[in-house]
Amino acid sequence: MINFENVTKKYDDDTVALSNINIRILPHEFVSIVGHSGAGKSTLLKLILAEEMPSDGSVFFESEDIHTLRSSEITKLRQKIGSIFQDFRLIPNKTVYENVAFAMEVAGRTDEEVGEDVPYVLELVDLTRKAGNFPSQLSGGEKQRVAIARALVNQPDVLIADEPTGNLDPSNTYDIVQILKKINDLGTTIILTTHNKGIIDYLGRRVITLENGQVIQDDATGKSSFN
Amino acid sequence: MLSLHLKRILKSGGQNFSRNTFVSLSAVLIMSITLIVFSTILFISALLNQSLVEIQKKVDVNVYFMPTTSEDSVFEVKTNLENMTEVLAVEYVSRDQALENFKFKHQSDPDILEALFELEDNPLGAILNIKAQDSGQYETIAQYLATTYPTGQENSIVDDVNYNQNKEIIEKLTDVISSGQKLGGLITLLFIFLSIIITFNTIRLAMYISRDEIKVMRLVGATSSYITGPFVVTGVLYGIVSSLLTLILLFPLTIWIGPTTARFFYGINVSQYYMSNFFDFFLIIFFSSIFIGAISSFIAVKKYLKEARKRG
Repeated sequence: MINFENVTKKYDDDTVALSNINIRILPHEFVSIVGHSGAGKSTLLKLILAEEMPSDGSVFFESEDIHTLRSSEITKLRQKIGSIFQDFRLIPNKTVYENVAFAMEVAGRTDEEVGEDVPYVLELVDLTRKAGNFPSQLSGGEKQRVAIARALVNQPDVLIADEPTGNLDPSNTYDIVQILKKINDLGTTIILTTHNKGIIDYLGRRVITLENGQVIQDDATGKSSFN
Repeated sequence: MLSLHLKRILKSGGQNFSRNTFVSLSAVLIMSITLIVFSTILFISALLNQSLVEIQKKVDVNVYFMPTTSEDSVFEVKTNLENMTEVLAVEYVSRDQALENFKFKHQSDPDILEALFELEDNPLGAILNIKAQDSGQYETIAQYLATTYPTGQENSIVDDVNYNQNKEIIEKLTDVISSGQKLGGLITLLFIFLSIIITFNTIRLAMYISRDEIKVMRLVGATSSYITGPFVVTGVLYGIVSSLLTLILLFPLTIWIGPTTARFFYGINVSQYYMSNFFDFFLIIFFSSIFIGAISSFIAVKKYLKEARKRG
């Protein structure tokens, strides 16, 4: 489904974020990417979202080389990939309902579809009661659940989660991981980056360990040398 | 699909405007102040132009005829002058009227009035007051009079033409009028330019607050038009509200300052000027502020979109 072929990413200041990466992610997988700050985890995700261009090599989504896509095709690609972030990235002047509906509206879905699907995903993340609230009126855990609902509402093939529990307490972290597991069980491929060893131990799924921009371990059973 | 897209853009633009109350209020306030300054310049420009017209009206050339010149000869000169393209109007003052005017002017000077009584006949000749189409054309008219009706000769019908006495004043006034118009035009253009820059930067600042939102929209897969549209709608709303606010505020402002302008600018009252030209003011202020609001938002969002694209 997603293929990194000999990918190297150098930034303008000559920092090497990724060096000759080869990763293959299959449909329905739950892959965690671990590593210390600056290991290259976020750069890896940005390459999938076409937020960054590789300096060398190619990244494929299904059969398409992501970085040869035109601007309008990137927009379509992003509608197929749901993404959640540590800082939630919600639109502050839209309510919970509108934030989720926005993702459907930009995908050109009708008002009827929006009216059916948004309440459904809000129920899935247990936020029906907060549908009319603005992001500033929510806790960190609730904000992340809105972000998950927004990422899910277009039924994406892949969900990218960049340190989604980084700003949350243990209780909310557990809730979010449970939701991600549930989404994966329903068939969505999940790519999760995390610092939290407890999460990967709990998940027991494939873990890719990065260090200084290189893959140092790729274990299907959830083992990692990362501490 | 297009109407659905448009409906969502309009709704979202309206929400941006109503929900970001503080930002909208600040933008509307600054835009209104700028529009009031802009309107003031329009008023000043109109007042100056009108005053110059009034001053121009006061300038003329007077032809004093000999007391012996017949009325027919005076009317012949009048007709000749009226046929000149440079001449706007010629006013005839008869000998009797000239005498009456003289008496009225010197009514507080008994010596002069007594001297007049001593004379058997009216010592004054008829007068023609000439107004030119343009203050720069008095020279031509004076030259024509000097050539066609020379003074100081035995058979002269004209006693004197007061152009030479007024020449310096007329020329100075012509210069003042023409530089005043040029300077007024330049100042107006400069202030219009400044108004546009201030409004543009105000809206850019309002959009700056939304730059992270723009990045999120892009990440969720929104197209450029879907991101830009609501912000342009918000900019248009800034324009509509601030122009209406300005047009309303100008009523009490002009009523307050009207009597003062009437005193200083040849009876021109800005309040009456505003009322009688309200439709023109409405068109200029309403549409220019909408245009500036829309274009400023568009340029600002394009800039942040470009930034988001560079990173994303």
